[in-house]
Amino acid sequence: MHYHVYIATERKEAILDPQGKATHHALDSLGLPQVEDVRIGKFIRLGVNAESKEKAQAIAEESSKKLLANPIMETFRIIEIKENANKGAHS
Amino acid sequence: MKTRIIVFPGSNCDHDAMHAVANVMKNSDTEFVWHKQDSIGKGIDLVILPGGFSYGDYLRTGAIARFSPVMKDVIRFANEGGTVIGICNGFQVLCESGLLPGVLIRNQALKFRCKWVNLRGENTDTRFTNALLPGEIIKVPIAHGEGLYMAETEVLRELEANKQVVFRYVSEKGEVVSEANPNGSINNIAGIINKEGNVMGMMPHPERACEAILGSADGKKIFSSLARHFEFSRSLNEAQI
Repeated sequence: MHYHVYIATERKEAILDPQGKATHHALDSLGLPQVEDVRIGKFIRLGVNAESKEKAQAIAEESSKKLLANPIMETFRIIEIKENANKGAHS
Repeated sequence: MKTRIIVFPGSNCDHDAMHAVANVMKNSDTEFVWHKQDSIGKGIDLVILPGGFSYGDYLRTGAIARFSPVMKDVIRFANEGGTVIGICNGFQVLCESGLLPGVLIRNQALKFRCKWVNLRGENTDTRFTNALLPGEIIKVPIAHGEGLYMAETEVLRELEANKQVVFRYVSEKGEVVSEANPNGSINNIAGIINKEGNVMGMMPHPERACEAILGSADGKKIFSSLARHFEFSRSLNEAQI
């Protein structure tokens, strides 16, 4: 089966996020003072060929631990796993 | 000093490093090693991970380079006590590969900083800094967008306690002040060494400051320190035989 696994990486709270801070300032000067905080992370989609959804999840977790997130400063979350029907039709 | 300079796609200070070691230091056995090679060769004294933008800084600086075929052998070499220096992007690669603790993130001001800085030698009892006087200030350039060094509190405490902070950004007078800190690094950290003392990473570029005509020859002291270290170990080995 082919899956799309969506992963988000975020900086740990203790790690400075100058990009988020600058973006927060910009939102503030746009007239959105209700925005109290901005943190910028990454959103990653993996196309995974695996026997089951659980296997796809395990592969995505291994990918995240080994490369996609740096455990010193980032955490990761698997947001969603969807079957990728299009991929199956072509291959 | 048998030196190998690792070249990743996107490295751009590899030739500066070659010039400093081969021409200025007059070290004939200096070669490039392309990242696809799986070995750095035998009997190597020094491995240099040069500055640049390996793999376009994709994902995180140094994150992809760390998985280049040659890095397996560089990590083996370092774990066996081999001498490795990572400069700028090379420092980022060393942190990503776990050979040095901590991370380098986007400069606090969000700007690429390209300027001369003053560094204070904090630990001159290393193979990389033995030609410096304790507390000596050297002038070398920086050129980076992601040089803010940080680590977990416990790691920082250990780094400081073990004198693993080798260089700090300081004012001309040698004061550790925030105005002298170009990127927001914790404790003004510009370079660190591992606990074993054989792997050093620094954001500033000593290889670009090895001749007076370039504005400073202070960077040469790092390569002179290494040359001295290898000469000394060699004579020690011979004496034992």
